[in-house]
Amino acid sequence: MKPTPSQTIGPFYGYALPFAGGGDIRGGDIRGGDIRGGDIARGGITVHGHVYDGAGAPVSDALLEFWQADPSGGLRGAPGTLRRDPVTGAIIGRDGVAFTGFGRTPTDADGHWTLRTHTPGNGYISVCLFARGLLHHLYTRVYLGAEPSGPLADALTPERRRALAAVEEREGVYRFDIHMQGEKETVFLDFA
Amino acid sequence: MEDPDAAELTGPVFGVTDVSPLDADLTRRHLAEPLGERITVEGRVLDRDGRPVRGQLVEVWQANAAGRYRHQGDGHPAPLDPNFTGAGRCLTDDEGYYRFTTIKPGAYPWRNHVNAWRPAHIHFSVFGRAFAQRLVTQMYFPNDPLLPYDPVLNSVTDERARARLVAAYDHDLSVPEWSLGYRWDITLDGPAATWTEHGR
Ligand SMILES: [Fe+3]
Repeated sequence: MKPTPSQTIGPFYGYALPFAGGGDIRGGDIRGGDIRGGDIARGGITVHGHVYDGAGAPVSDALLEFWQADPSGGLRGAPGTLRRDPVTGAIIGRDGVAFTGFGRTPTDADGHWTLRTHTPGNGYISVCLFARGLLHHLYTRVYLGAEPSGPLADALTPERRRALAAVEEREGVYRFDIHMQGEKETVFLDFA
Repeated sequence: MEDPDAAELTGPVFGVTDVSPLDADLTRRHLAEPLGERITVEGRVLDRDGRPVRGQLVEVWQANAAGRYRHQGDGHPAPLDPNFTGAGRCLTDDEGYYRFTTIKPGAYPWRNHVNAWRPAHIHFSVFGRAFAQRLVTQMYFPNDPLLPYDPVLNSVTDERARARLVAAYDHDLSVPEWSLGYRWDITLDGPAATWTEHGR
């Protein structure tokens, strides 16, 4: 069967898709995994950055989604990212027991985003980027080691490989800027 | 390049805690009924092999009957409807069906060029079994005179692919004395264990 075409997310998704706590994947099962610093003593890590357009201007209405393995490398995920208060129907989010592995956050007025999570056991966080200027969303990955490795990293030039590595600003805080186009264009992946 | 262990071949999972029963009825979120033509939109989410995508999250958002979004950035001087927000979600059932009750959104101007009007449409966000199957798109209404003039719809250059974005009026889906029925099926692409670097 032929796939349904993608269309831009447009400018007005903001009251429908983002939700409180969407960028906080922490909490949940963190057994297993030989994680550095005990995953910063179990408080987890912070990954943040800006989204820039081809002219280097911050993109203030982008939406980022994250999907990742748990600290032991498991990619099973769990339901409950959008768990509800049964009385009001408001989203109260993850229950702090199950690791859902999924996050979603819009950029702010400065094009900045923040993700709080645990270190994935397979070394990277998958990112899906939506913005009004995109007909189709873009995939990239944030690698948390100094030197990304694996089939994707091995296929890239050393320079492009390094571009996938988040910069460790201080212990447990990583920076990863996304450039949608231009000279510094982020490594984006097509799955086809 | 191939990577059978790629994280994108798996994806987030959703369950009954992620939706509330009211989420699929956009007409019952406020004290009274919203203005506009009540509609039921139903369809199946399938993969390329025609298999149903079960238990996955479908999210929608749309303008009200006057063509106005409940969003500060929408400057269209059309009235907000105190009884309509325009956002909903549901999980697909065992056969891949989603179903929403809402009102037909209005067309709206968007200043892209002189006399630029968006045809009536509902924005859809759909998850498949894999993160690589993620889809965000828009559903249009049949026989809308604005369809040929819309650069967003026409960003899909293949005519047959464009046709897949237009729902069908389905009289059997219309509920007597209640709502008009539209049917729109969604087919998700991939996932494939092969990938290429975008644009290179
Ligand atoms: Fe729209």
